[in-house]
Amino acid sequence: MSLDAWIPLLVVASSLVPGLVIFGLAERRSVLRSVLNLAGATVKLVLVGWMLWGVYQGHHYEISWPLLPGLEMELRAGPLALLFVTLSTVLWLVTTVYAIGYLEDSPHRSRFFGFFSLCVSATIGVALSGNLITFLLFYELLTLSTYPLIVHRGTEAARHAGRTYLVYTVSGGALVLLGTVWLYTLTGTLEFTSKGILTPLGQGHRAALTTIFVLLVAGLGVKAALVPLHGWLPRAMVAPAPVSALLHAVAVVKAGAFGIIRVVFDIYGVEYAAGLGVMRPLAWLAALTIIYGSVRALSQDDLKRRLAFSTVSQVAYITLGVAMGGPLATIGGVVHLVHQGLMKITLFFCAGNLAETLGIHKISEMGGVGQRMPWTMAFFTIGAFGMIGTPPVAGFVSKWYLGEGALQVAQPWVLGVLVASSVLNAAYFLPILHTAWFRPPPDAWPEERRFGPAETAWMLLLPPLATAAMALAAGLLASVPLSPLEWARLIAARELYRP
Amino acid sequence: MEAPWAQALILAPLAGAMSAFLWPHRARAIGLVTMLLLVMSVAGLGIQMARFGIYRHLVGGWAPPLGIELYADGLSLLLLAATAVVGAGVSVYAADYFRGHDAAHFWPLWLFLLAALDALFLSRDIFNIYVTLELLGLAAVALTGLGGGRDALGGAMRYLLATLLGSLLYLLGVAMLYHGFGALDIGVLALRIRPTPLVWATLGLMGAGLCLKTAVFPLHFWLPPAHANAPAPVSAALSGLVVKASLYVLLRMWIDVFGTVAAGASVLFGVLGAVAVLWGSLQALRQARLKLLVAYSTVAQIGYLFLAFPLGAASGWTAWGAVAYLALSHALAKAAMFLATGNLLRFGGHDRIADLDRVAQRLPLTTWAFALAGVSIMGLPPSGGFVGKWLLLQAALAQGRWGIAAVVVVGGLLAAAYVFRVLGHTFTQAPVPHEARPVPAHMQWAALLLAGGAVLLGFIAPFVLSMLRIGHPFAMWEAGS
Repeated sequence: MSLDAWIPLLVVASSLVPGLVIFGLAERRSVLRSVLNLAGATVKLVLVGWMLWGVYQGHHYEISWPLLPGLEMELRAGPLALLFVTLSTVLWLVTTVYAIGYLEDSPHRSRFFGFFSLCVSATIGVALSGNLITFLLFYELLTLSTYPLIVHRGTEAARHAGRTYLVYTVSGGALVLLGTVWLYTLTGTLEFTSKGILTPLGQGHRAALTTIFVLLVAGLGVKAALVPLHGWLPRAMVAPAPVSALLHAVAVVKAGAFGIIRVVFDIYGVEYAAGLGVMRPLAWLAALTIIYGSVRALSQDDLKRRLAFSTVSQVAYITLGVAMGGPLATIGGVVHLVHQGLMKITLFFCAGNLAETLGIHKISEMGGVGQRMPWTMAFFTIGAFGMIGTPPVAGFVSKWYLGEGALQVAQPWVLGVLVASSVLNAAYFLPILHTAWFRPPPDAWPEERRFGPAETAWMLLLPPLATAAMALAAGLLASVPLSPLEWARLIAARELYRP
Repeated sequence: MEAPWAQALILAPLAGAMSAFLWPHRARAIGLVTMLLLVMSVAGLGIQMARFGIYRHLVGGWAPPLGIELYADGLSLLLLAATAVVGAGVSVYAADYFRGHDAAHFWPLWLFLLAALDALFLSRDIFNIYVTLELLGLAAVALTGLGGGRDALGGAMRYLLATLLGSLLYLLGVAMLYHGFGALDIGVLALRIRPTPLVWATLGLMGAGLCLKTAVFPLHFWLPPAHANAPAPVSAALSGLVVKASLYVLLRMWIDVFGTVAAGASVLFGVLGAVAVLWGSLQALRQARLKLLVAYSTVAQIGYLFLAFPLGAASGWTAWGAVAYLALSHALAKAAMFLATGNLLRFGGHDRIADLDRVAQRLPLTTWAFALAGVSIMGLPPSGGFVGKWLLLQAALAQGRWGIAAVVVVGGLLAAAYVFRVLGHTFTQAPVPHEARPVPAHMQWAALLLAGGAVLLGFIAPFVLSMLRIGHPFAMWEAGS
């Protein structure tokens, strides 16, 4: 076994090992803890960069060992896996910086950062899984390691939010488990394979396979927050801001969406799934989620809750792109995995800054905040315009491809959904921007803290700067090699729609 | 060249028990040394069996039916290993838990219990099994009452009556089998057994007796009071190991003797198991006290083991592998859970779930132990419980047994509900704070390492399952698969 084979394992270990060490650290060892975190994140970034270059040139990185009779634990880095791995790795580094700044002097940081690293390891594992059982393993690990972060503050509200989260996700995990075992008894393999693993079954077991598809997508749909399985997401917003930012806006919901991509393309195969007649209903469900999430977002006054409903809506774009079928729509969906992550994490960072610096949690309290915190609100504005789909921010690129994809597969109704969604996005983001920039500031902020000369602490300001810049760059430089869009095209050409 | 590992497994704890009784001041040291010998012996036996297969030894050179034969195949080996590992964890814990007078009582009984367990797993003669079962039961009852107090003695009394009645029913079955087929050796019985009315009557008696001892629903009434009121290390041993002994006997008798001639009875076992899973889990959810919750969880987990009986006929070894794996992981996880509960009880002076009061930060090792054990109990990956559940689901779905699959899934969800109900309260502050007492580090690590073992089982399934199949304990069932 060459060194290359070990790289996927090392990528998982580079956050797992620091995480486990951090659990054992005393609370006051904050310097060592930060060093471990940042070193892990940097090592991971280097390894992922190495793999990106290798995969770009056609290499494959794969490692496996026996897990159960006939089944292996398998980590494999293909183009699609690396898209999600890169997103998680980059955002982990950024969020770690943010979290160190955000949680300064708050209690139980060793526990927090330990579980935070475990979550990232689980997400990377989800991305690198080479078969459905490995995926399931990391998917459940993600559930388990997120729970302590939601109840982190130890209040009754946090405990209830944690319970809601578990009711949804553990039930979802059970559905995925049931579907996976059932599938295995039919196929005898769970390997993620281009064009799916069902071709040998021919046209037999149609009813069973349809049911399994429903089980799997329902189970994954819980984390991807598809309506009506989205209820946990807005409630999980009691968690500290870095958790909402990285996990609830990126890692957890994306793990669900990524799983749906895997199931559709690498287990069922697009054509087989279309033959079963399950793709159309999935597209409708995604469209419903897009509209429903936006409508609910309109009436939220709590900033994080509005962003959460916006996440419900935006993550469904990914599912929509996948469910439409056709290369262009798929590219739109897959690239939105990255674009939504960059934009939404920016928005959550900014919301965290407002809460931490001025004690602002509600949109109605945001009057004139643009004058007090211009940088934060500038980044927020970039993210919001991206969500609405204004060029040149990244969100526009996703919507463009989704729209073109809809025309390619002759499903023009999707255009209506996209337009309606953009209007709704504008309707719930523009009032925030208007309040922040054009309303007069109040006499006193709810709970103001001073952090030196800048509007807030540097460690809280640099992360949204980085992600907002990335969201702009992903839109402006969309056709440069190794941009998210180009990588999504590579995924479509080499992996999902391989001739 | 065969080393006498198996003999050591019985004689070492027996000698240890007597020494600890004679020299009560040295009881603790004697107990720990004995435990070390046990772990080494079981490792030796494992290595030997991995090379040479089944282990047989005629005690004193006399062949059965006159002499006593020690016999170990993969199934015995795994249970012996579980006994040694859980035994070691419990012993390390007990070394700090019991002091002075209590220690002098605990160690002889505990080592005696281990000797009886090992002897049982090494027997292949149904009368010898009866003897070991009886000895095991008496040692377990005595340990249960060790704490004194009304609740503990009441629980021990119920336990005594249940275990005596169970042994008696089993003994009647032994007599009838001997009368009918003229043999006591399981291997010989397997060849001679014929589907006669006598076999059904025997199965009824033995099945009822063993089910009573294993505490499968509705014969579980004695378990929660006994397990919840015993001292923590005793609860761990009772739930982790002792109930597995009667289950092992039932499994052996079913696989080798009754299963082929009375297959219909498997449905009854399955139904009892299903009800046990659901009833036990729901009861666990309702408890306000942690120890009772963990005890009812044992009632539920035993149910899983019986779900495999109706699957065994068609799925070959997958279902039996699931039973073995679930029993093994449960032994480790449940022992860890009871030890962790003992720590929490000592720490706060109570085990009310709602008043756990921020133990997640104040007693992190113990909380970790409880959480990791919980992961295995609810069957989430990566853990031994997950492997067992996966195999069970696979066997059920391959045969289209939806009812069983549904019970497995729902049981897992209920388990998650009661485990996380506890974990949620470990983060929050209790309305009335209480004074915390220190918990020795050994007691925390013993719980954590056992729980870690249950999780580790999730990664080494191919190895464990290959050990299980030494000597093909399920050979009679594999033809159909």
